[in-house]
Amino acid sequence: MFDKISRSLGDLREWADERFPVTAFWQDHLVKYYAPKNLNFWYFFGSLAFLVLVIQLLTGIFLTMNYKPTADTAFASVEYIMRDVNWGWLIRYMHSTGASFFFIVIYLHMFRALLYGSYRKPRELLWVFGMLIFVVLMAEAFMGYLLPWGQMSFWGAQVIISLFGAIPYIGDELALWIRGDFVVADATLNRFFAFHVIAFPLLLIGLVLFHMIALHSVGSNNPDGIEIKKKKDENGVPLDGIPFHPYYTVKDMIGVVVFLIIFSAVIFYAPEMGGWFLEKDNFVPADPLKTPEHIAPLWYFTPFYAILRAVPDKFLGVVAMGASMVVLFLLPWLDRSPVRSIRYRGTWFKLALSVFVVSFVGLAYLGTVAATPLATLFSRIFSVLYFAFFLLMPIYSKWDKTKPLPERVTGK
Amino acid sequence: MLDSADIQLDDREAIKRGAKLFVDYCLNCHSASLMRYSRIAQDLEMSSDEVRNQFITTGAKVGESMKVAIDEEDAKRWFGTAVPDLSVIARARGVDWLYTYLRSFYRDESRPWGVNNSVFKDVGMPHVLWELQGLQVPVMESHTDEQGNTSERIRGFKLIEKGTLNASEYDAAVRDLVTFLAYLGEPSKLQRLALGKWVLLFLSGFLVLVILLKKEYWRDIH
Repeated sequence: MFDKISRSLGDLREWADERFPVTAFWQDHLVKYYAPKNLNFWYFFGSLAFLVLVIQLLTGIFLTMNYKPTADTAFASVEYIMRDVNWGWLIRYMHSTGASFFFIVIYLHMFRALLYGSYRKPRELLWVFGMLIFVVLMAEAFMGYLLPWGQMSFWGAQVIISLFGAIPYIGDELALWIRGDFVVADATLNRFFAFHVIAFPLLLIGLVLFHMIALHSVGSNNPDGIEIKKKKDENGVPLDGIPFHPYYTVKDMIGVVVFLIIFSAVIFYAPEMGGWFLEKDNFVPADPLKTPEHIAPLWYFTPFYAILRAVPDKFLGVVAMGASMVVLFLLPWLDRSPVRSIRYRGTWFKLALSVFVVSFVGLAYLGTVAATPLATLFSRIFSVLYFAFFLLMPIYSKWDKTKPLPERVTGK
Repeated sequence: MLDSADIQLDDREAIKRGAKLFVDYCLNCHSASLMRYSRIAQDLEMSSDEVRNQFITTGAKVGESMKVAIDEEDAKRWFGTAVPDLSVIARARGVDWLYTYLRSFYRDESRPWGVNNSVFKDVGMPHVLWELQGLQVPVMESHTDEQGNTSERIRGFKLIEKGTLNASEYDAAVRDLVTFLAYLGEPSKLQRLALGKWVLLFLSGFLVLVILLKKEYWRDIH
């Protein structure tokens, strides 16, 4: 009986393999894709980012079924989802919480790359694709935030789009073109909806695919920052590599479940997260005639927003904000250290990275508060330190006194 | 400074009393157009007839939402502004704000309705609960700020005209009303809190299993 079944399953696989590379794909990307055996906690965030992407896509599809993208109906349709749609509240909270968790996971994922030099040769394109994902994700989140059509949706979009107006000569026309109206209005909401549910998700999926192809071509870096492909056995298998499946699939499941526990705790017990994930003012329908006292973007934009506000001139502020993103793309070419991982770097890099983390978190905080003189002063200091981390990197990373690299990875 | 509303969202009786106050005193001008009467029936375990008799004062059907017939132009003429819908007001303002606001109306002859509010200065709304609370006047104190400027500010209130409720009864009534508004803002909240612990319990159990699974597989990796 079992023999028969397994034989017919084998036949089926053979049949499929002659027509589509099922087995080859399975082997190339899972059972014969060798990952370093010493990947630690920081390596959970890649698979978690993928998980959040799937959550956002699935919940997004169900939200789209009941959401109505017009200025007259958007706000009420979100509340309709929260009240009258079966499990609508859960789907909506998963999506709104998922947006913030996406950024938490992505920021930690990027920080991992900084810690272990995962962007270094030959992983420059892997990093660039990742950065493109980050930029597209910001656009996706920004456009999605307009859709509930609350006061913060409206005024946040109004402020951010008006930034384009600061560009000389073409600015005003450009802002008008983006909005499709003289203020954020129905036309804006409609096009943002189209971008949010089709254009940017397609781009994201495409970029994620490229990110994965690049990763599986060069292989994962690891906490020691040494290349496991340099030491292989007689079969060409890296000595420090283990098959992704089953080893990392079962390990990543721990990450997934721990993530889901934290994620669920927020969804069920604190979906507003004290105003950080869902702002109070966004429970007031958009009113073009009433400007809220304090307009701040959601927390994941605030580091870049703080850099924008730190510059006295509006146009130069926009330039600085753009530059703060561009320098991240250049990271693989700014780092001149002979080693990748922080484990073997010297004091200079460790100091620089610490200053960078403090500046980034500081900017994130300052972007949420009113621009008092003291806040502006600190924003300026942190902005300078932010850029210094990148622009001085060719110097301090070269000077740094590094430790000798091990032959094989350390620890398991 | 806001007073703590200290509401119990799982107190169905409080929500019911609050709903009664809401339809008697608020639902003439304020709508709650995102909420259906039938949802209240379902959540408070009341029959359609009970809800119809107790809460529906207009010709609305039980399946309809809590709308009002007030004309926007009239509202602007009477109150100087459109009357906000209260469906999610508790989420926008917070329960403490609402609790304090509804207890902070005081006599001010300079205002069109003869009252002002210390939480929401020059608010367009009249003190609709005055027959319950009565009428109060502010007790002022002088306050000196860090720069040494002295100004008058409201320290508390003194009742000058009695209402049908005494002070603690009025506070309790307002608390009921705010409890209803909190429920109104997110009717699925009780369901959400109740489900949450089971989800977390399941995931915690599942976590133990995946940890054991990982240990088993990784035993041969050195």
